[in-house]
Amino acid sequence: MRFKGVAIGSLLMAAVPVAASNALAQNVTVAVGAAVGSIDPHYYTLTPNTSLDANVFERLVETDAQARPMPGLATSWKLVDDRTWELKLRDASFHDGTPFTAEDVAYTIARVPTVVNSPGSFAIYTRPITGVEIVDAHTIRLSTANVYPLLPTDLAQLFIIPHKLGANPTTEDFNSGKNAIGTGPYRFVSYKPGDRIELERNDGYWGTKPAWQHITYRMITNDAARTAAMLSGDVAMIDQVPTADIARLRADKGVSLWETVSLRIIYLALDQGRDGPTPFVTGPNGEILAKNPLKDLRVRQALSIAINRPAIVQRVMEGAAIPSAQFLPPGSFSYVPGLVPPPTDIAKAKALLAAAGFPNGLKITLHGSNDRYLNDAKIVQAIGQMWTRIGVQTAVETQPWSSYAGHATKLEYSVFLQGWSISSGEASNPLRALVATFDAAKGRGTVNRGRYSNPALDSLIDKAVSTADDGAREALLIQATRMAMDDVAIIPLHNQKNTWATRAGFTYVPRADEETRAYDLRPAN
Amino acid sequence: MLLWFLRRLLQAMFVMLAMSLIVFIGLHAIGNPVDILISPEADQAERARIITQLGFDKPLWQQYAYFLQGALHGDLGRSFVFNEPALQLILQRMPATLELAVTAVLLSVLVGLPLGLFAGLYPNSFAGRAVMAGSILGFSLPGFWVGLMLIMVFAVSLGWLPSSGRGTTAALFGVQWSFLTRDGLAHLVLPALNLSLFNISLVLRLARAGVRETMPLDYIRFARAKGLSPTRVVFVHVLRNILIPVVTVVGLELGSTIAFSVVTESVFAWPGMGKLIIDSINVLDRPVIVAYLMIVVVMFVTINLVVDLLYTALDPRVRLGGRA
Repeated sequence: MRFKGVAIGSLLMAAVPVAASNALAQNVTVAVGAAVGSIDPHYYTLTPNTSLDANVFERLVETDAQARPMPGLATSWKLVDDRTWELKLRDASFHDGTPFTAEDVAYTIARVPTVVNSPGSFAIYTRPITGVEIVDAHTIRLSTANVYPLLPTDLAQLFIIPHKLGANPTTEDFNSGKNAIGTGPYRFVSYKPGDRIELERNDGYWGTKPAWQHITYRMITNDAARTAAMLSGDVAMIDQVPTADIARLRADKGVSLWETVSLRIIYLALDQGRDGPTPFVTGPNGEILAKNPLKDLRVRQALSIAINRPAIVQRVMEGAAIPSAQFLPPGSFSYVPGLVPPPTDIAKAKALLAAAGFPNGLKITLHGSNDRYLNDAKIVQAIGQMWTRIGVQTAVETQPWSSYAGHATKLEYSVFLQGWSISSGEASNPLRALVATFDAAKGRGTVNRGRYSNPALDSLIDKAVSTADDGAREALLIQATRMAMDDVAIIPLHNQKNTWATRAGFTYVPRADEETRAYDLRPAN
Repeated sequence: MLLWFLRRLLQAMFVMLAMSLIVFIGLHAIGNPVDILISPEADQAERARIITQLGFDKPLWQQYAYFLQGALHGDLGRSFVFNEPALQLILQRMPATLELAVTAVLLSVLVGLPLGLFAGLYPNSFAGRAVMAGSILGFSLPGFWVGLMLIMVFAVSLGWLPSSGRGTTAALFGVQWSFLTRDGLAHLVLPALNLSLFNISLVLRLARAGVRETMPLDYIRFARAKGLSPTRVVFVHVLRNILIPVVTVVGLELGSTIAFSVVTESVFAWPGMGKLIIDSINVLDRPVIVAYLMIVVVMFVTINLVVDLLYTALDPRVRLGGRA
């Protein structure tokens, strides 16, 4: 007995004097919920990685909090002819003191496709560039094979690294810090995989001076642990605040919440590729149907208007989303004004089903992941109940993402939950990826797992992405989005909100693209 | 002795081979890493390029053959996610886990053994019963819940200890350790306690049962009749004889504490191997999973070896090599 007292007592005594204090104003700890896998800014197009990279490196074109392009390392860009962009570059310098020039841009564009073993290459953003011409140290021209108005959007994904890194800089050298040289507001100090990244203020930064001398960027992937770190004051800011903890943190006077609607759309994909029976939809008594009922617009409409989106947002998502009837949240480029979710109408849904030849309803197995999107398993369960009310007996089956993703890619499901983060912040990206006809040669419909296909929509999308004028392109994108949604190519559910929490006394600019940037964390006045 | 050792080594290699095969087939059955790893932004051409580059276009047996070939040369493959050698990734995180596990097991022996002795010697006292009742809690409370409660009480409410992470580390033998700094120790307390709770109860119960069993035996009566002091009887005659099951269990528990401290590591954001393996399983990062399990096999074999050697030290009747 005594022994235990001594052992624990001495440990506690050792601990008490170092009680948590985050008072050193110049040192700030930020905790993120997703592990950073690499410091190499061209290794993996994954938000946790780019989020950290955005503290150290910069892009030619940056995006504001609502994902609209704004000047970054390029101060301006314009088309000199319909296939050539000219960019004027900023007077900036890298962390090691070398000035930033057009040479570095050319070097970066050449390096991106050479990164070995990349599971998500940034080459998709450099591929449209067919020619690079350095006009002078601060002017560069990029040419494309076709008219390509999305080049600035693509450049907003590409971090610039200095050309003095030489031929084939390795990912390991970025992780060790040797190559981790950018122009960003913070310089890289050290990286402990799975634990933390230390950053130091870049005093030579061209923009507004960064607020903190030293940033510790910790990875706390467990939701409860991240919230606890916030509550105990161990960290000044956390991202990905779990929806279940939002109410509690909101009530805490020592904590401020910062939220914005994200570019992530959660939707249901519907198998429209099979003409014959689809595996998980049968007649009301389990009889196999000769034709795929999901190909009937009325069935798709019935399924969509049976869903009570506001209820899902309020109850399941605890307010951390907005109901949606299209890809993008309001305020984005190519948002369709007035396209809002249809009111839930059970009688009309039943009537539509009857008109489609299913007066006694259908039997559907709805699939979803259970560890990928916020509350994904609960969302499909809620939808299952809503569909049962219109006479569609719905069974719900959820799986871990690691297993689910494979089945979904192999088109084994009939109706299933998906999420998509619209990195470009405009509608051509989801139009091309989610609802354009699957076409490997053209690189279209890459995640169109319902295999929806509409030639009229395809040609409209093609026309939009080759229209240089922003106004005209936006009009076409709006028209295309409306066409896809009227045809219920997918059933949009909601746009997630991103929530950050800081200690009181800080301000933060929440970003629609989910990036967590120490630069946007500032002391409140 | 040498023969015995060689046989053990051969067994270990066979287990590793079987294990790697099972993992390969098992992961293949769960899903295709390609579907999870490849960035959703990638178009079909890009997908095809990555699939070829990572070797997923080959049949499974061929992928396994490549793996074996590499493994024979000491190369267990590169992580798909981190693009670093899998072995290196794991070894980087190993000190954190070892430190946590060894502290936890030490704690379980240092706390559990005295308590168990006490409960065994005074089974009917109030304190003895209280200890036994307490050990039931140690057994039955789920680790993640206890971890969260520890954080809520000691970090959030009282503010005595940090809620998570490893704190400041200092170098020893070229490796970073937390226990060398005050801040690091403060970070170590809660996760180690959390991890040891189950083992404390286990050791306590084993020790108590051992004492209860040993006390009525003739040689103890004889020792007492001889007039030896109670201290000597308990700490020499009794303790030594109850240690064999304790050593076995502590050895095995050390292994599983190192290998499967996943829950504690993620609740306390402890940057060890456990977190790495669970993240790797989520994205089917096969080279890391295989390498990790290989290391676990090696570790268990080594621990069993040490346990066997300890037996001979503790009990002269035990002989290695099966000829007792």
